[in-house]
Amino acid sequence: MKKLPVGARGRLAFLSSIAVLFAAAGCAPAAESGETTTESSDSSSEQVVLEFAQWWAPELPEGSFRTLMDEFEAENPGITVELLSGPYSTTKEQVVAGAASGTMSDVVGLDGAWVSDFVKQGSLANLSSLMDSSSYDQAQLASQIQIDGSTYMIPVINFIYPLYTNDDILSAAGIDAPPTDRTEFAAAAAAVSGGGVSGWALPLSLEAPNGIQNDVMSWVWASGGSMLKDGQPDVTNDEVRTAVEYLKGIWDAGAIAPGSFTMKEQDKLEEFTNGRAAMIVSSLSHINLIRESNPELNFSISALPSVDGYSGKRGIPYASWGIGVAENSEHKEEAWKLVSFLMSESTNEKLSSIANAFPGNTTAVPDFVQGDELFGKAFEIYQSGFPANEFVGLPVAEQLMRLFDEQFQLYLEGDITVDEMLTAAQAAWVAQF
Amino acid sequence: MTQVANQPARVIETRAKRARFTQALTPYGFVTPVTALIMVLMVIPIAIVIGYSTLDNVIMTPESEFVGLQNYVKILSDGTFYIAARNSLVFTVFSVLVHFVLGLAFATLLNTRLLSPFVKAIFRSLFILPWLFTVAIIAVLWRMLLNPNGIINYFLISSGIVDVGVEWLSSRSTALLAVTFINIWAGYPFFMVSLLAGLQGIPRDLYEAATVDGATALQQFWYVTLPQLKPIIISMMILDMIWTSQQFALIWLTTGGGPINATEMLPTYTYKLAFSTYEFGLASAAAVIVLLLSMVLAFFYVRHQKARD
Repeated sequence: MKKLPVGARGRLAFLSSIAVLFAAAGCAPAAESGETTTESSDSSSEQVVLEFAQWWAPELPEGSFRTLMDEFEAENPGITVELLSGPYSTTKEQVVAGAASGTMSDVVGLDGAWVSDFVKQGSLANLSSLMDSSSYDQAQLASQIQIDGSTYMIPVINFIYPLYTNDDILSAAGIDAPPTDRTEFAAAAAAVSGGGVSGWALPLSLEAPNGIQNDVMSWVWASGGSMLKDGQPDVTNDEVRTAVEYLKGIWDAGAIAPGSFTMKEQDKLEEFTNGRAAMIVSSLSHINLIRESNPELNFSISALPSVDGYSGKRGIPYASWGIGVAENSEHKEEAWKLVSFLMSESTNEKLSSIANAFPGNTTAVPDFVQGDELFGKAFEIYQSGFPANEFVGLPVAEQLMRLFDEQFQLYLEGDITVDEMLTAAQAAWVAQF
Repeated sequence: MTQVANQPARVIETRAKRARFTQALTPYGFVTPVTALIMVLMVIPIAIVIGYSTLDNVIMTPESEFVGLQNYVKILSDGTFYIAARNSLVFTVFSVLVHFVLGLAFATLLNTRLLSPFVKAIFRSLFILPWLFTVAIIAVLWRMLLNPNGIINYFLISSGIVDVGVEWLSSRSTALLAVTFINIWAGYPFFMVSLLAGLQGIPRDLYEAATVDGATALQQFWYVTLPQLKPIIISMMILDMIWTSQQFALIWLTTGGGPINATEMLPTYTYKLAFSTYEFGLASAAAVIVLLLSMVLAFFYVRHQKARD
């Protein structure tokens, strides 16, 4: 290799150092979050670019969410929406990182389980103030997630979790209708179990412990029970105790599909779709997925069974696509315009129709309710009960589920008694509060 | 006149000084890019994490309190941390040992003269296959295979080995074994490829000399092959130990650290602290402890590399 003269080597070394400095400058953020969202348009008017981080677009038919954003942009010249779309878990990590560094997108898709922590962190804007300043009619909102009397998240659409039953498997066991109370459910689960079929699938994966919310605590809420008292943990009460003892009974009867301890929501759905589980509690949004995956499957949906003889309103577990505005946003007014657009009757109706969910606007009626028997039935369940999800708004909600899950697994394995399980779960929850 | 005569001499001296100065700075100029990258990508992030580990409620509140070593005390007095450390040790040691044995066995097979190059090429492609899959694919694949209704249980039941399907990933007695097996399957090609390169570099005359001395095939393997491969084996084993002890994605996607805490590892334990409970101070303390443990392995690796040089 030809040796460079000393002067040339010096220049090369200097240039490489300068290149690194330039590279570092290029890697550095151009400006703070707020500054990047404002650009000058050719027509010399200010163009506001709103960043909207969410996991919704990938879960909807391709391009449908972008179409809604195009409608918003047409209605609001001067505002452009930049969608930052990713899977749920990625969005969560992105929002957590943004909240930590003060670079959260202007508008963010939220899960109710995250709200408490973000509010504590001061990263979400107070929507009550934004609603007041724009004289927004709050009566049209089905629900709001509030902390200390102020709204920080608005559920845009809601997915309820009804009981799915495989009609063919049940009728082969001599059961003509979906179970309505706990005794009927346990009897049905035991009757159909055997020969490669299980009565019920119970996902308890610690990676995604939302099975505790949707498949365990939902039994408590369906009978009007609660896991909280004055906003504090109360899992040692009789309602929770009878529910977990009841589920242990089904477990001991061998009526629960194997693999529960690492089963996730999609595994549960697969067990049901393939006819290996006769009953599951699952999101309404899965109806079409089940139909596409197994068009031959004959199934129906119903409300989650309650304790025998219960005649009150049933709590229906639900999950929401919630929305919030970042405290660090420099365009809160424009961000609120986007939120109110999504919550308007016509947009909310369209969004809930394409997502097969129930609207967050009280006056919106999704079109699938009239055109499909199962969705019509789901709407009946929704209207006859009340949305119940006590994890929404709790601090470190996912960790609370995981802590309960660990104790519940020990209880199902027979390592601890129900009292030990609930006492340990209560102590673990109180520590988190 | 004197002044005129001295001027060129001073100019020459100044130029010489400048040249010496430039020459002295040149090496620093060359190392600046790498130094800057190391600072930005390693030193600063590590320093920030170490700083976080001494703060309470870091990131989650605008003003964090300095708590000294309190986070370390909390981590080291948490029983789950020791369970995670034990599981990580078992998982790592078994994975690395079996990676080595399988890698060496397959590399020896691929190095044989008894098979035609075509057959060896087919085997090479087959053996290296697990290495081509991403962790997500591997996790999904093995979750399906090890499902209680999966194909592995089907074969076990139909061949009469077991009566009912084994819950490989969902039972506390088999979960750690199952994830270790998956990791072994995913990682042995790395050893195989490295050892195959090493085997191909051993001079034939060493084996010929051993044959002349009357050494059996086993003796040739023990006294020629293994000593020749020793530097590669040690390097591979230390590197594999570092990588395997930091395995997160595979565990998270297959078991999430469960059932209960049967497959809880140090990386999953740290992740839960950070992204489930948002205890970034505790998570940073756990990460620093893992960093220190990894540095012990890195120390042996560097020492071994230096000894080789």
